[in-house]
Amino acid sequence: MGGVGKYIATRLAVTPPMILILLTFVFFALRVMPGDPVLAMLGGHNIPPERIEEYRVKLGLDKPLYAQYFHYLGNIFRGDFGKSTRTGKPVLEDILARFPATLELAVFGMAIAILIGLTTGTFAAIRSDRPVDHGIRIFNIGSFATPIFWLGLMLQIIFAVKLKVLPVAGRLDPKIGAFFRPITKFYVLDAILKKDLGLLIDALKHLAMPAFVLGLVLSGFIGRISRSSMLEVIDKEYVTTARSKGLTERAVNYKHALRNALIPIVTVMGLQFALLMAGAILTETTFSWPGIARYLVRSIEARDYYAIQGAVVWIAVLISTVNLIVDVIYSFLDPRVRY
Amino acid sequence: MTFAAIFRWIFRKLPIRKHYLLFAGSVIVGIFVVITVFASFIAPYHPTKDMMEPRQPPSLKHPMGTDHLGRDVLSRIIHGGRIPLTVAVASTVIALSIGSLIGWISGYYGGLLDRVLSLLMDSIYSFPSMILAIIIIAMLGPGVLNIILSIFVIYIPTYFRVVRGQVLQLKSEEFVEAARALGARDMRILLRHIAPNTINSMMAVSSFCIADAILTEAGLAFLGFGIPPPTPDWGFDIHKGQQFLQSGDWWLITFPGLMIIFLSLGFGMIGEGISDLLNPKRRRKRV
Repeated sequence: MGGVGKYIATRLAVTPPMILILLTFVFFALRVMPGDPVLAMLGGHNIPPERIEEYRVKLGLDKPLYAQYFHYLGNIFRGDFGKSTRTGKPVLEDILARFPATLELAVFGMAIAILIGLTTGTFAAIRSDRPVDHGIRIFNIGSFATPIFWLGLMLQIIFAVKLKVLPVAGRLDPKIGAFFRPITKFYVLDAILKKDLGLLIDALKHLAMPAFVLGLVLSGFIGRISRSSMLEVIDKEYVTTARSKGLTERAVNYKHALRNALIPIVTVMGLQFALLMAGAILTETTFSWPGIARYLVRSIEARDYYAIQGAVVWIAVLISTVNLIVDVIYSFLDPRVRY
Repeated sequence: MTFAAIFRWIFRKLPIRKHYLLFAGSVIVGIFVVITVFASFIAPYHPTKDMMEPRQPPSLKHPMGTDHLGRDVLSRIIHGGRIPLTVAVASTVIALSIGSLIGWISGYYGGLLDRVLSLLMDSIYSFPSMILAIIIIAMLGPGVLNIILSIFVIYIPTYFRVVRGQVLQLKSEEFVEAARALGARDMRILLRHIAPNTINSMMAVSSFCIADAILTEAGLAFLGFGIPPPTPDWGFDIHKGQQFLQSGDWWLITFPGLMIIFLSLGFGMIGEGISDLLNPKRRRKRV
């Protein structure tokens, strides 16, 4: 286990500087950005200069840049992300309130992506160079080439506006939402915990389109990697051996080939998560999904410094954590990594 | 060397049927380039000046309907490719140049510089590129040049990683060692011995990069961070069309979106086709 421990320790040591670099970039990028957070916050013109000055002092914007930077860093280490000028609440509170929505969307989206990607990719590899392989490959490139927001809008037109079978946007029907007291803020989980079938159906109906859109667009990537990694192993000696042993084609493909092909597929999952978050920005905007990505976009529009910085740090930490978990899983899947 | 010359060379050497992805992708991209260049001659109406009956569904007069200001959607999507194509190609070329250069320096010289650069690039790479692009574009304000800048920055790490990895691998190859032993200078080793060996994979990476940049540009425009109206742009037209979604004006969203898909698909197919050429194993024999 020494190898894994050392590997994880290295990864852990590299993570904080990476997050610091991002934060520093965002911090200084925001300060040179045109647009004044105080004006954005007070809204409109004809504000007396002394009031603007008063807010500048209140937000600490009157101090020199480097002082603001170190002050902010110090606060972050104490768990203080500052206050959002847009919502008026502590940034951490805002993030924690919205994060479950994003995570719920991400989990369902990822599940759909893996389901579609792994199935199509494996199938294409087994039937490589036959019509079905070519069809699947074009489908995979196509899903990778489809703008996520466009697909979302098309589904909205078809299922929400024309057929009226699914809600256009949001997480819950306002009528149900008004009486709903969340426990975990993961609505599907909450519905199961409360044993409330109506709530569960409503939550799933709202989740259906955004999760599918996110999943389908990501599936192209997984599909491509599944195909090439399946092709890598499919003519390895141990697969030939398995086949010559007289195993069924099914057992050969799924037990011997796919299991080994999974290793590289798992490695890219960490990368997938960054893609997923990028996709979440567009998905959450399209479906008015009250998640952290939408919060970030609206904060950028409102020049809400602390909220932007807080959300960026949160997303960066999240991605690093997922990458670390993926690496650990990987090292257990592939014993060779340990030595 | 232009793309066209490269493809002519490829097609002389290789059968089209076997490399249908590369062929089909090039045809799609070629059609889009022609449409974009000759947009003013092809489009039946002016994309910004001709105002007719607003929000008309597709008809014989307007095969793709009209938008909320009464502009012909077909004419707008014919003109709408200029910004995405320019932005995607320009940002990819700039990212390619800068990313390869620092990737080469980093991989070739190693040491502390390599560590610092790798850390810096990895931090950008592991973060959702879309978010960085939005922050940069919000910081710079709208405009074509600013969109190009916000997009090329996020692709630099991609090239950095590819080039650095290949340089590290090639550096220890015998032919590079031999060249160095013969007294070749760093620049010569790079240009004559390392660069030719990375060109093919760079072309595959670049095709995917352009495909992705088209989507990023469209995404930025959709979020309202694109070029200001009334310039026709697919992503922005979808953004506008979203306002009329509830009234069922499907044509405002459908057609610009299809254009984005086809163009991005074209570049994606080229990338996939080149990957096949480089890695014959990916399209192997049947069981």
